[in-house]
Amino acid sequence: MSMLVQLALTFSLLSILAVGGGTAVLPEMQTLLAQQFDITHAQFVHIYSIGQVAPGPNMLMVLIIGFKVAGVVGAGIVLLAFFLPSSILCFYAGRLWSHFAHNPWRRAIQSALEPFSIGLMASGVYAVAKASIVSPVTLILALFTLYLILRTKINPVFVILGSGVLGFIYLQFF
Amino acid sequence: MSLENPGGDKVKVTLSDLLIQFLIIGAVSFGGGIIAYERILLIEKRKWLSTDEFMGYLAISQTMPGLNSVNLAVLAGDHLRGIWGAVIAALGLILPGSLFVLIIGIAYTNNNDHPLANLLLTGIAAGACGLLAAITYRIGDEHWKHLKSVIIIACTFGLMSIAKLSLPLVLLIMAPISIYLYRPKLQP
Repeated sequence: MSMLVQLALTFSLLSILAVGGGTAVLPEMQTLLAQQFDITHAQFVHIYSIGQVAPGPNMLMVLIIGFKVAGVVGAGIVLLAFFLPSSILCFYAGRLWSHFAHNPWRRAIQSALEPFSIGLMASGVYAVAKASIVSPVTLILALFTLYLILRTKINPVFVILGSGVLGFIYLQFF
Repeated sequence: MSLENPGGDKVKVTLSDLLIQFLIIGAVSFGGGIIAYERILLIEKRKWLSTDEFMGYLAISQTMPGLNSVNLAVLAGDHLRGIWGAVIAALGLILPGSLFVLIIGIAYTNNNDHPLANLLLTGIAAGACGLLAAITYRIGDEHWKHLKSVIIIACTFGLMSIAKLSLPLVLLIMAPISIYLYRPKLQP
């Protein structure tokens, strides 16, 4: 029972902190999960990667963590805890919007939060890179993906799956 | 910018149509870019929002905590059908991917140390890292060109990844500084 409460509290906190989208809380999530639920660096990155090939919002992989810790009930609790608090906040923010539309501070706060959330996202990249780039091959695959996503219009899912297949072939046969 | 419909001719939307449209987005949006799908649905396909309304809601979605795509669904749903519209739109967006993730997640949890699966995941993880870097670069957009933004980005990254402070602490330190840097200019 206490495990479920802990799951709910952890993911509610992450939900409220996820300014600038889910990737901003990746480093914090990884730290909390390692401390509280013994989820290792490698497991976290694997679970994160699975989430990247799924349709829909890119942080649905939190469900796998919930499932891993406490089965289907855990997944349900994580879903509610991660999406409900931020959605309720956003709901009321939307209703207040016209109220503040002409207030110069609203613009100021938004301009200030944007680079802050980009900094958090950069930390997210760093956290994922530390666990996923483990050899020269993985570095090449990551850089190649980065290049393809920025320079071409290929759907990212195919690029990531291709990276998986190339990595598999290399590690298995060479 | 007012979000009220000027003519008062509020578009009629049924909850079931709202659910179906967002379920479709939730199921086909492989590879991210959900905001783009939502834009096509809301502005072009169904004309449920004006471009102005959409941009206003997008700004709130990005400023508030939570996933931008889910926040946008909440706001558009509320605009169209009130609180139930918000619930239905967000659920529609989340459900298909949740099922997908759960099924693969169960398979992963059951075969945790399958050597072949691990080899495949090694490459996928490297690719996902490249994707995340690309998205970060793109969302940063104009900010990479402004010294003020770059300083805030670098300090946030440093406190988080190098000093290893917790996120609430980093927020407490960085939010007041960056809001001060971007404070509204006094109108003459």
